[in-house]
Amino acid sequence: MSDRIFGLVGLLIAIGFAFAALAIEESFLSDAVGPKAFPLIIAAILGLSSIVIALKPDSAPEWPSLGRLAEILSAVVVMMLYAELLPVLGFLIATAFAAAYLTWRLGSGLVATVLTGLGTSGGIYVVFHLVLGLSLARGPLGF
Amino acid sequence: MDTLTSLADGFAIALTWQNILLALLGCFLGTVMGALPGLGPSNGVAILIPLAFTLGLGATPSLILLTSVYYGAMYGGRISSILLNIPGDEPAMMTCLDGHPMAKKGMAGQALSLSGIASFVGAFFATWGLIFLAPQLVKIALLFGPAEYFALFALAFMTLGGVSSTNQAKSAFAAALGLGFAMIGVDTQTGVPRFTFGEVHLYDGLDFLVAIVGLFALSEVFIFLEHRHGNAEGTADKIKVGRLTPPMSMIKDTTPTMIRSTLLGFVAGVLPGAGASLGSFIAYSFEKRLVDKDGKTFGKGDPRGVAAPEAGNNAAAGGALVPMLALGVPGSGTTAVLLAVLLSLNITPGPLLFTQNPDVVWGLIAALFIANFMLLAMNIPMVGLFTRLLMVPPRILMPVVAMVSFVGIYGISGSSFDLLVMIGFGVLGWVLRKFDVPLVPIILGTLLGNSMENNLRRAITIDNGDWMTLVDSPLSITLWLIAIIGFILPVIFGRKVKAQMRARADDEGALRD
Repeated sequence: MSDRIFGLVGLLIAIGFAFAALAIEESFLSDAVGPKAFPLIIAAILGLSSIVIALKPDSAPEWPSLGRLAEILSAVVVMMLYAELLPVLGFLIATAFAAAYLTWRLGSGLVATVLTGLGTSGGIYVVFHLVLGLSLARGPLGF
Repeated sequence: MDTLTSLADGFAIALTWQNILLALLGCFLGTVMGALPGLGPSNGVAILIPLAFTLGLGATPSLILLTSVYYGAMYGGRISSILLNIPGDEPAMMTCLDGHPMAKKGMAGQALSLSGIASFVGAFFATWGLIFLAPQLVKIALLFGPAEYFALFALAFMTLGGVSSTNQAKSAFAAALGLGFAMIGVDTQTGVPRFTFGEVHLYDGLDFLVAIVGLFALSEVFIFLEHRHGNAEGTADKIKVGRLTPPMSMIKDTTPTMIRSTLLGFVAGVLPGAGASLGSFIAYSFEKRLVDKDGKTFGKGDPRGVAAPEAGNNAAAGGALVPMLALGVPGSGTTAVLLAVLLSLNITPGPLLFTQNPDVVWGLIAALFIANFMLLAMNIPMVGLFTRLLMVPPRILMPVVAMVSFVGIYGISGSSFDLLVMIGFGVLGWVLRKFDVPLVPIILGTLLGNSMENNLRRAITIDNGDWMTLVDSPLSITLWLIAIIGFILPVIFGRKVKAQMRARADDEGALRD
């Protein structure tokens, strides 16, 4: 069943892609092929392979339980927050929190979580910033 | 003779202090990446790319660092296979079959050094193969026009699926998806924006490093979260490494195995799309059929069963560099990642690379030799250190992997937008892995999409809009034929080979426990 849904979604993506390709403006510079043809070929392959996947499905993958799915979703949210807050909080603070969160969710105790968070953030800071000279996002503390 | 002179020049480049140190660093980090369960060469190289960029190195030094990582990871994969029975990646799977039983018999140290020697033999001779084969391939490639290049790209995609997945439709889907990603951005020929949804950040197109790190590294983090594999999976402490040097007789017995496996592995590596998994698999199967006809010793700790896949997969790793350097078409997942590195350094692999940047090519090849000797020297005495690394639990390791990925991408672009795109690719990678859709064709599509399209448009423009030009020369017809055969054969045989590979791993896994 999973593959049938996958194939249908794939087909929808292919159709969307084809429409987006048809909407590409032609330029007065166009060559014999133009900017639309190759994307249309891709859309066709995408669509055809999706149809085959839907018609000849593999055995269904093992899907995680709702709880596990929520786990991944919340990790994604934390990572997105990290990406957005990195320029605001600075590298050290943001990274310590994000690393600590992941360590905690992978099953560490409180002490190990705090230590891993601080250690990861500090360690990367030392290696990448102090030793290798990469500029990381500065925080409100100015480093 | 020319070749040898160029190689000598290459050594002159590779043997500077900076480059030697980089090779040493790469070998060490690569072995670590390969040895840690769950991380293989492609993730290893993907995670370490940013490091090469942040060091602000030139093209040759960056390449030396990353190819050392590549070879190092191929070496390191055997460590967790032998000690923990956990392959770091697919090519290392076959090494578990006899390596782990040897370790259980108290011969872990011998298995580790024997596999180190086999890895060396495989990689060393494959590098010679690369030296002699690549320039020949370049000569053929110089005859290529845009139409032939287009056919070659099609060939790469069509043959890639057969080994990276059991389902050709899913491989085709993955390739098309990757090609679709490549279309995002301003069209280079006409200056028209495509698939950018008005988002200015997308005008330059997707950065393929962002895609690679997201697909490979972040999706791995999600997989660990899903299964909550937070604790050390293995029991490395229970297995004693024991005596490190294998007896001379064991080396003598396995020498023919290593030679045969190197040959098979190299050929498997050169074939587009086949790569190291096939290299280790056919080397092991061939050897089993040849020396263990009644199935008595293989799978129960036969040293030949350790030497064969290790020589095979390392030879394949070298072989995969042949089409990557000579044609610009990578033969495996990891070489696809290396290709991304080259492109990011503004170097376009392919026949012109050998004439325009000989220092890059030959410096790189010389570095492969140096890395090989370093790895041999490093891997035998330092095995104890690497085995201790296996004890780092994933709950500490995976956050570090995630954070290093973020730092690397942020270090290159300094934009939160790229980080969000990377997270998106991480989620996509996780979903696609669930559906058993191979990730390598996506990377390849993203990497090669623009040059594939440019070649198509050039070919047809030259011939005034006649699409038949694509099948107009004997060379392009040959390429299309190989592509079609490469696409159809796995439909017939692919499932069988993969099923056999899994069944053999399962069977012999069951026998052992």
